[in-house]
Amino acid sequence: MELALFVILAVIAVIAAAGVVLSKKAATSALFLLLNFCTLAGLYILLNAQFIAVAQVIIYAGAIVVLFLFVVMLLSPGKEEGKDRTPYAKIFAVFLAVLMLVEVGYVVFTGVLGGTSGQYTPEKMAEVGNVQAIGQVLFTDFLLPFELASVLLLVGIVGAVVLAKREL
Amino acid sequence: MIPSSYYLILSAVLFTIGVIGVLVRRNAIVVFMCIEMMLNAVNLTFITFSRYLNSLDGQIFVFLVMTVAAATRST
Repeated sequence: MELALFVILAVIAVIAAAGVVLSKKAATSALFLLLNFCTLAGLYILLNAQFIAVAQVIIYAGAIVVLFLFVVMLLSPGKEEGKDRTPYAKIFAVFLAVLMLVEVGYVVFTGVLGGTSGQYTPEKMAEVGNVQAIGQVLFTDFLLPFELASVLLLVGIVGAVVLAKREL
Repeated sequence: MIPSSYYLILSAVLFTIGVIGVLVRRNAIVVFMCIEMMLNAVNLTFITFSRYLNSLDGQIFVFLVMTVAAATRST
């Protein structure tokens, strides 16, 4: 059951990712990207990360893809900018990327899963609750990165305002 | 339970497709989309290790990656 669900989601994710790269129109790419993000959210639920799955749908599918669609429809970039890559460059790019895939695959299949096991087993997560457990860790062990992320978002807001209004 | 290598290979495939997109496509918006796809592939790796090592650190990392991605997108 779990394996069947994984295979279905994985196939849809790969097809959607290929669609992002291959589709001619930018708007179609954005919609394929939405499909890719949603299948990844399903995979996160399979991996017992419910909070991240919901955050994925809200942030990526809800905010980022909508922003992409806004940009595509407001600017309507239509044609590809500049000259297309030459066929040799495309083949070389695909070759390099596949080489990287082979390297990663080699490491995944021959290496062992290192690292020490933590305390958050699925049983404990079911008992405490995923969101509560993440909040507990986020506000104790990872308090400084959390606060820095808030500063980063503030910088993003200020930057957006400064860029949007040339004269304050 | 599914072996963790399945998830890692899926993540590697998605990352590779993202790399191909960044290298081949010339449209700036599509290149950004491919970068987001690569970020998501890495997120999948983080979640996989978080699940198979019974730790929450990976999920926190994914949370922070999402924050940074949203911040870069908004500017």
